[in-house]
Amino acid sequence: MTLHLEKVTKRFGSFTAVDNLSLEIPEEHIFGFLGANGAGKTTTFRMILGLLDATEGSIHWNGQPISYNKSDLIGYLPEERGLYPKLKVKDQIVYLGRLRGMPKSKVLPELDEWLDRFKVPDYKDKKIEELSKGNQQKIQFISAVIHKPKLLILDEPFSGLDPLNVELLKQAVIDLKDQGTSIVFSSHRMEHVEELCEHLCIMQQGKPIVHGALTDIKRSFGKKNLFIHADFPLEFLQDLPGVVDYKPVTQGCALQIESESISQKVLAEIQGKGFVRKFELEEPSLNDIFIEKAGASYE
Amino acid sequence: MTFLSKRLVLLMNKFWIILSHTYVSKVKTKSFIITTAIAIALIIGLANIQSIMELFSDEESKTEIAVLDETNQMYDSLRENLAQTDEGLSLIEYQGTMEEAKLDVGEDTYHAFLYITAMDQGIPEASYYSKNVGMDPLRASIQQHLQQMKVTIAANQVGIEQGTVEEILSPVQFDVVSLSDNGAVDPTTKTEEELNEARGLVYVMLFLLYFAVLTYGNMIAMDVANEKSSRVMEILISSASPVQQMFAKIIGVALVGLTQIGLFILVGFIMLNQKRNELTGGVFDYFGLQDVTASTFVYALVFFLLGYLLYATLAAMVGSLVSRVEDVNQLMLPIIFLIIIAFMVAMFGLNAPESTFVKVTSYIPFFTPMLMFLRVGMLDIPFWETGLSIVIMVITIYILALIGARIYRGGVLMYGRSTSLKDFKQAIQLSKKE
Repeated sequence: MTLHLEKVTKRFGSFTAVDNLSLEIPEEHIFGFLGANGAGKTTTFRMILGLLDATEGSIHWNGQPISYNKSDLIGYLPEERGLYPKLKVKDQIVYLGRLRGMPKSKVLPELDEWLDRFKVPDYKDKKIEELSKGNQQKIQFISAVIHKPKLLILDEPFSGLDPLNVELLKQAVIDLKDQGTSIVFSSHRMEHVEELCEHLCIMQQGKPIVHGALTDIKRSFGKKNLFIHADFPLEFLQDLPGVVDYKPVTQGCALQIESESISQKVLAEIQGKGFVRKFELEEPSLNDIFIEKAGASYE
Repeated sequence: MTFLSKRLVLLMNKFWIILSHTYVSKVKTKSFIITTAIAIALIIGLANIQSIMELFSDEESKTEIAVLDETNQMYDSLRENLAQTDEGLSLIEYQGTMEEAKLDVGEDTYHAFLYITAMDQGIPEASYYSKNVGMDPLRASIQQHLQQMKVTIAANQVGIEQGTVEEILSPVQFDVVSLSDNGAVDPTTKTEEELNEARGLVYVMLFLLYFAVLTYGNMIAMDVANEKSSRVMEILISSASPVQQMFAKIIGVALVGLTQIGLFILVGFIMLNQKRNELTGGVFDYFGLQDVTASTFVYALVFFLLGYLLYATLAAMVGSLVSRVEDVNQLMLPIIFLIIIAFMVAMFGLNAPESTFVKVTSYIPFFTPMLMFLRVGMLDIPFWETGLSIVIMVITIYILALIGARIYRGGVLMYGRSTSLKDFKQAIQLSKKE
């Protein structure tokens, strides 16, 4: 059940929200969908869900366009919280579950299981408006996955959650993937994406600027990070050819270098100058890639 | 074939889920329960209005009026006459002077004081003293009786017998017969009596439709706006198609309305049955529904449903355009104006159902449910006219539903502060298949 986006363009009047986007989202994978605010992520999700029609191009899932007769196989967690504030958690999930083609008798045990898993079993009869933002988010997540979708779209699923709850939800996402759900995942937290996604795409102003498997992206990025902790001053390293960036840290410095081979030149330079406690060559983080590709304005 | 029917079942299934969710969640709300209870209490109260009024007027059941009769002839016959018409009234022959009587009225010993003198030829002349002359039905009653006595006395003096006087005073026989083009008596034209009955039903219909559009139209718009502002809409429209949701909502709220109005009618019917004897005459004759033909009832139902559908579709459209619940009222205003205009024209039309103005407006779909029904009820119009107006309405509803569904689809994804007609355009563009 691969999801194909082919040359998808969406224009609102003269504004182009998504520009010639082609993606292939493989089955039973978590696909990271990144981009600065306003890059066209939500618009793309809405097109995948069939809420908006693409101006040009086509979207196919398993070879067929997505329409309402497939909605029972799709789960969606929108970026904005969307639940009835006055409704009890139970009624809410039952209603949304039934709308995804699940009978009430199946929703209820499933709901109990999820509530237990998220350590909030006593919220079943509480109204949404009585819950904290983080707990509302858990309910929102349950509403998106209660019917065991084959395709799950998660738009910022971890916002508003503390680190413990992020772990709970993260594990749930991984389990869903292992059970055969294809997941499209958008987040501003690069470490989450790095941890979960094997494939990803970075959007900028509606265009995909980076697209592919995470390992390939990192490799092709070329630049590496080099961490050195030493007893002597390291400022002289920033003038070395091949060193792109120099950042002093408490016990030494963090360098960004053009390629792996530069690290050996750096090693040669510092040899014999004093005691070196740490010399570590690292793959670039997704954060580095994102900042460089999507523009320095990003936090 | 099986694939198709399976899909249909699936579609209908979601339709029912949304419909029943709408119905149950509305019927369970406090506001629904409270308004229904208040309205039912009001109906029961109105039906028992006579008993309630008696409860309060217990002390004043006998109103005493002091009479000082200088003629010495009027008092007895006046008292006899009044005893027949005004049971709660008793006349007391006052022993004292006029000034003392006025003081007694001032001290509330008597409700009022009547001073009767005679002019020449024994014709009575009276003065009525009371603390509240404005709202005193007794005064008119006494005046009327004195008037009759005056006529009798005057007639007697010129030698006319009592029987002749009554004949003179009885109202003239005045028959109204409607003729058709060939001069024959036209049996289909409605008599004044039938007209009154039809008018009663039209009144009921006008108020019900007015009430339904205002209440339930608002309910739909609010519901949609609520789902939009709580953003649950985005999940809903990814689960079921907007068109399905819109109509499930419209019909769900219609069922809420039927439940409410049905309860009112049921209670009203029980009350009417219980009070059948008390309620004859007066206003209930005017609203008499017992002789209204079955076809009129069918028309009432048809026009009510069509009218509701038309306005409900508009309301759903409006609800999908706003992003905050507070903005609903602002956009509902044009719809409310439409129904008020229809109501006003209908009120005018009740007294002039034949006028060209009413005829023309009865074809405008927004006014049809009130005005065409008014014409059907009060005039004999050919079937094609009613049929035509129904066809126009159905087509209008269909077109509005198409536009509404697209606006709903686009509008639910539109979040912004503005609430203007520009939004309609934008919403349609958002949902455009390109």
